[in-house]
Amino acid sequence: MSLNIVVLVKQVPDTSEVRMDPVRGTLIREGVPSIVNPFDVFAIEAGLALRDAYGGKVTLLSMGPSQAGAALREGISMGADDAVLISDRAFAGSDTLATSYALATAVKKIGQNAGAGVDLILAGRQAIDGDTAQVGPGVAEQLGMPSITCVSKIESLSQNGTGPNLRLRRMLEDGYQVVEVGLPAVLSVVKDINKPRLPSLRGMMKSKTYNLPTWTAADIAADTTLCGLSGSATRVKRIFSPEKRARGETLEGGAAEQAKTLVQRLRDSGFSI
Amino acid sequence: MNYFLTEEQKMIQDLARKAAQELVAPVAAELDEKEEFPREILKQLAQMDLFAVFYPIEYGGLGGGVFANCLVTEQLARACGGVAVSYAATGLGGTPILLMGSEEQKQKYLPLLARGEKIGAFALTEADAGSDAGNMRTTAKKDGDYYVLNGTKQWITNGGEADLYTVVALTDPSRGVRGATAFIVEAGTPGFTYGKKEKKMGIRSSATRELVFQDCRVPKENVIGREGMGFIAALKTLDMTRPGVGAQALGIAQGAFDHALKYSAERQQFGQAIINFQAIGHMLADMATQIEAARLLVYATARTIDSGAKEYGKEASMAKLFASDVAMRVTTDAVQVAGGYGYMRDFPLEKYMRDAKITQIYEGTNQIQRNSIAAALAKEARRA
Repeated sequence: MSLNIVVLVKQVPDTSEVRMDPVRGTLIREGVPSIVNPFDVFAIEAGLALRDAYGGKVTLLSMGPSQAGAALREGISMGADDAVLISDRAFAGSDTLATSYALATAVKKIGQNAGAGVDLILAGRQAIDGDTAQVGPGVAEQLGMPSITCVSKIESLSQNGTGPNLRLRRMLEDGYQVVEVGLPAVLSVVKDINKPRLPSLRGMMKSKTYNLPTWTAADIAADTTLCGLSGSATRVKRIFSPEKRARGETLEGGAAEQAKTLVQRLRDSGFSI
Repeated sequence: MNYFLTEEQKMIQDLARKAAQELVAPVAAELDEKEEFPREILKQLAQMDLFAVFYPIEYGGLGGGVFANCLVTEQLARACGGVAVSYAATGLGGTPILLMGSEEQKQKYLPLLARGEKIGAFALTEADAGSDAGNMRTTAKKDGDYYVLNGTKQWITNGGEADLYTVVALTDPSRGVRGATAFIVEAGTPGFTYGKKEKKMGIRSSATRELVFQDCRVPKENVIGREGMGFIAALKTLDMTRPGVGAQALGIAQGAFDHALKYSAERQQFGQAIINFQAIGHMLADMATQIEAARLLVYATARTIDSGAKEYGKEASMAKLFASDVAMRVTTDAVQVAGGYGYMRDFPLEKYMRDAKITQIYEGTNQIQRNSIAAALAKEARRA
């Protein structure tokens, strides 16, 4: 079983150093170092581990300006086989809908180039700049594939009657859920899924000389009305820091005493208990 | 200081540093406490191609030679001397094959070691054959297409953990060292078992164990070089790997110094950081200067070897001798700078001091190194 895997990668500002422009309501990006979205590193590792175990190929895909190529090169140094950057003025100002469309269109082309389609698309749970967690599921929707979010473990890959089948764990707030999904599918992963490897020397050497393909909207035959601002269904109206919530009060004393105080307070507020 | 590293050497150094900081440093104290072999770390170093740096490209390596090997060993030792020696000793096991093995042996074994798929070890020392390696008792008796090994090797680094062992044994005991032969012995060969695992003062995460041979049959294809060449193979091997011990000592010294410097800048006594007191400042100045001198000697020797020099035994001994004496002094002073904290096992400094000591002892004690250097000088004087 050999898997053609695409990992979605986003270059983000290092949010540990980022500040907001209070007037324009946007991130101040100048002078802030760019990093690979930390969740995406886990997605890359998941892809590489599956490839190492079952064979196949890992292609990284990112949308962004040419500088975003650095994020893809980092993934190459970890051992990814290939990478593609989609970059075009037409993509500028994309919200998660337009981004999902553009990425899904590029995934289709990667599949066509491979001749046999893409088996698995991996993404980080969310990007640390926008924090929407929508692009992974959005790409799944655009491609008509099942979307499994918050994957914390890939338990097994097996072949059943209809094709390759993944058994996964999804992280929930109060435990985990075991899910089986037929491929192709889109998974978004959480950081519990693995411990990402460090780069290899051969990977680093490859990343230095790697000739990164950059595709425009025309290259992937994207409908430009569905890209960028015109393809976006949302507009950012305002960004602001929420007011800090007042701290709650902790009642003193033992359980019985606390219950007494609480009942008294409720009665004082007009509740009948 | 500019060490004039190439872009590739810089990359190797940076990646080894990253491995040391992210994979080794967080677990160094725990591995030391539990005397646990760093198998998982070695696997990750393999994936990062760090075992490949030493070997020639034609045998699956990256062609970085002794110098690249020293750069990696130094950075690992900065975080943990035990992990560094476990890494370096696998190269020590491969070196006799690289230097004197047949083309077939090189093709068969070196790519496995370069990929880190197999761990190597080198076995020369015995209970009564330490500095006097010629006094070994392990024998290898020819029997058709096999040699039958009998005897016990002692204090073998990576013993019990390695997959490939280069073992020196006497094929003709009557000829002494001229009757010694080197063999490649694979783990799991019938008649080859492990004895006692040693408890050590330092480098406690590394495995040091006896190898026991009882009628162990090794195919004749596994002879390295020719019969009778075993002692030469051992000497040539150790000449090539001695700068690696120097690099390990250098890394231990640097690691201890890093901690001592940081501590001296943070620790407040009498209303100021203790680095401002001349007594401490001068200690740190001497430590830094000695480390720099040791580094230059280790690097220059490694580069001399890689340049294809024919004779470098004297320089290799100097690099090992000087760097390890520096490591002992620097780690002792680093503990002193940190005072009571330096002595406590909850802090990292005392481990560096324990780890440093072995570098003055193994791969030839520093007394033996001085003998070798003096012998080389006497030879030069006779020639002049």
